[in-house]
Amino acid sequence: MDAVGLDQVTDALLRRFAGARRSEFRQEVRVCVPRASLYDALYLLQQEWGFDLLVDITCVDYLHYRGATERFGLVYLLCNTRDNLRLTVRAMLSEPDLTVPTVTSLWEAANWLEREVFDMFGIHFAGHPDLRRILLPPEFTAHPLRKDYPLQGRGERHNFTPLAREDG
Amino acid sequence: MALETPDQVLVTRLDALANWCRTHSLWPMPFATACCGIELMATGASRHDLARFGAEAMRFSPRQSDLMIVAGRVVMKMLPVLQRIWQQMSEPKWCISMGACASTGGVFDTYAVVQGIDRFLPVDMYVPGCPPRPEQLIQAILDLQDKITREGTVAGREFERRAPVRALQELPILGQTSAIRARGVRA
Repeated sequence: MDAVGLDQVTDALLRRFAGARRSEFRQEVRVCVPRASLYDALYLLQQEWGFDLLVDITCVDYLHYRGATERFGLVYLLCNTRDNLRLTVRAMLSEPDLTVPTVTSLWEAANWLEREVFDMFGIHFAGHPDLRRILLPPEFTAHPLRKDYPLQGRGERHNFTPLAREDG
Repeated sequence: MALETPDQVLVTRLDALANWCRTHSLWPMPFATACCGIELMATGASRHDLARFGAEAMRFSPRQSDLMIVAGRVVMKMLPVLQRIWQQMSEPKWCISMGACASTGGVFDTYAVVQGIDRFLPVDMYVPGCPPRPEQLIQAILDLQDKITREGTVAGREFERRAPVRALQELPILGQTSAIRARGVRA
């Protein structure tokens, strides 16, 4: 198989998925796909375009962001280790429907990354094998990287019992 | 009446004898979570040589130690672990809160970081600094030795009368503190 370039990949994505947009910043290429075709786009990139490495999954909360129309931007950083290509795939989400399909079937690495996004932003990944909190304690109820969450918390860190000397 | 004692026999109080033993054989339990831990290691290493003060035997088992040195920030998820380790240490035991983060949360005033371990544990000595130099930690250990010498009793009575007082005042949380107070949760 000949070496592929990033332009071929993005052209294929734009042709295949209506509503996908390509942008570029300092040679970093981003493709924003509609959320309905997010899984299909990632599947295509993994199966046909050789993006065998999932570098990161993260999320951006665009609450109160100038000009933003949707609340969350879900970001997948992909890498093609054969042709040395890097591509950012984005999908925009808004409340109340914050469920997207999991990509653990495409990359095993997505397991913990999706758990982190779930923990910090409350995005649900349908079909994830073990969608528990990964960083915060299980009794935590909020999703602290959302912009409407107060920086100092809602008193979660006060919920432990103080120990006195006589407690042992 | 002067008591006739043979040579090489000293008369003292039992408390003083116990304090003398305890003072010079503190066994630190290093609870090092951040950069303060590096200074703690330097304190124990040859250059600063904590062995001069009898506190060089660091033990990573709480059962074998009697001085917990909390060096570094403690996050909320870690706090139950810290409390359990403290409970597993046998009496008499003391606690040094080393550095700004352990004492007050330091610059990490976020949802995840405990704003001072003295909210949840009894603390004997606070060491300021970010991180404190080994000399400061040594000074804290010397001060603790002084405290044991002055206050210690063989039966540990000095621990019983200690009410859980906080040395540092609670800082207000923006938009949240009044709600917490109203619920009656101890901050």
